[in-house]
Amino acid sequence: ICSAKLDVGVVLLSTHRLIWRDVKNHECCIAMPLSQILFFEEQAAGIGKSAKIVIHLHPTLTNKEPGPYQHSKYSFIKLSFKEHGQIEFYRRLTEEMTQKRWENTPVSQPIPTGTGSQAGRTRAVGIVGIERKIEEKRKETDKNISEAFEDLSKLMVKAKEMVELSRSIANKIKDKQGDITEDETIRFKSYLLSMGIANPVTRETHGSGTHYHLQLAKQLGDMLQAPLEERGGMMALTEVYCLVNRARGMELLSPEDLVNACKMFESLKLPLRLRVFDSGVMVVQLQSHSEEEMIASALDSVSDKGSLTAEEFAKLLGLSVLLSKERLLLAEKMGHLCRDDSVEGLRFYPNLF
Amino acid sequence: MSFEWPWQYNFPPFFTLQPNVDTRQKQLAAWCSLALSYCRHHKLYTLDVMEAQESPVFNNKKIERKLSMEAIQVVFEELRKKGNLEWLDKNKSRCLVMWRRPEEWGKLIYQWVSKNGMVNSVFTLYELSNGDDTEGEEFHGLEEWMLLRSLQALQTEGKAEVITIDDGKGVKFF
Repeated sequence: ICSAKLDVGVVLLSTHRLIWRDVKNHECCIAMPLSQILFFEEQAAGIGKSAKIVIHLHPTLTNKEPGPYQHSKYSFIKLSFKEHGQIEFYRRLTEEMTQKRWENTPVSQPIPTGTGSQAGRTRAVGIVGIERKIEEKRKETDKNISEAFEDLSKLMVKAKEMVELSRSIANKIKDKQGDITEDETIRFKSYLLSMGIANPVTRETHGSGTHYHLQLAKQLGDMLQAPLEERGGMMALTEVYCLVNRARGMELLSPEDLVNACKMFESLKLPLRLRVFDSGVMVVQLQSHSEEEMIASALDSVSDKGSLTAEEFAKLLGLSVLLSKERLLLAEKMGHLCRDDSVEGLRFYPNLF
Repeated sequence: MSFEWPWQYNFPPFFTLQPNVDTRQKQLAAWCSLALSYCRHHKLYTLDVMEAQESPVFNNKKIERKLSMEAIQVVFEELRKKGNLEWLDKNKSRCLVMWRRPEEWGKLIYQWVSKNGMVNSVFTLYELSNGDDTEGEEFHGLEEWMLLRSLQALQTEGKAEVITIDDGKGVKFF
């Protein structure tokens, strides 16, 4: 308790209270719980007047601790910022009043005259504060991401418009061939090409969905004949994906489109098949590919060498390790081979059991 | 006479539990017969699972292969289903191996008894398993629990009766 005039001091803000401390006599300090604050506002500085924050309070509680004034006819207090700090303080006070952290963490001690224990309590509250800040930040990031993706969908819409626009211009050019120079036409066409509006089967020209996939399947059917024959009639879908996209250069296929197109081989009576092994590995193989022959030859190779690992078999046949393993597993499933699983690795033996 | 290992013992895949169902059946059959003949040869009547993993039956040091604990349990379960194995504890750490089933032992013992005209005589269990008279018989050295079960099998057939003599057990043959 101090009886001196509450004139020059420092105002401190905690998550729970507003504290005023005399600048000279640190023993003299008063505090007020933030829950008492009804509303507060800024009062701008003027000539001869310092900036102020006016804090309107709730009516006093009956268990109010003794303070400098037991009653007052005013229901507000004014903090006069003679030197500086008003803006910052206002901001912080707003933050604390929005968060109302005093509602979550209890205040255990009354105002201490020393400063020691105070520090401890503030720290504990601080951790909750930190956690709260992290949560806020996360929510903020979340919001930003969804907003960003909104932009992406907007961009896609715009891109479609762009494509439409350039196509219409291209058509106009075709019609008005005479008015535009050869040079300009070529230049414009090259712009179109760089934007990816050339002739490959695209979603725009054929729409998305099954029609697109149908056309794609036919294109694949032509394209994959030779590579398949080179590779013994079978290619993993990942190999197909790389091969096809490398050849296209632009207007690359998505994995989904590739799979959906491959699924149509059979119904289109194309000489290719999409096949899924037990392990989930997908391959494209020539229809003429005979699995029995493959297995018989696998058995021969293994018997010949006594035993083989998938890697050794791959090397022998010039197949990828993935496919050679699938073939060995299939032979095992048919009962022609058995396995030896040890720290040395997985080997396959002819099934002598 | 040293123990003769079957050809599978030196075939590395024998020590890997086969995923192919048909192959596995043949594999397990071979394991069961190997385990039983090994126990018969060495007159082993009980097995400790932990020790088994290191025993030469399940561990072929020459080809550096051994059955995994999981696979050993599978083999033991097979044996149990066929009536050749009985667990001594709930944790399945020790088991009785009956490379000859009690009924089979009972038959052998009874054959010996009748061959020597000792029907209607009384024997203590000890006399049967460790007596001088039975030396040379296959059931000589049979562990008591096994002997008892064999005699109980005979009892159900009405060929013997297990009785109590002094502080031990005995049997009367009919």
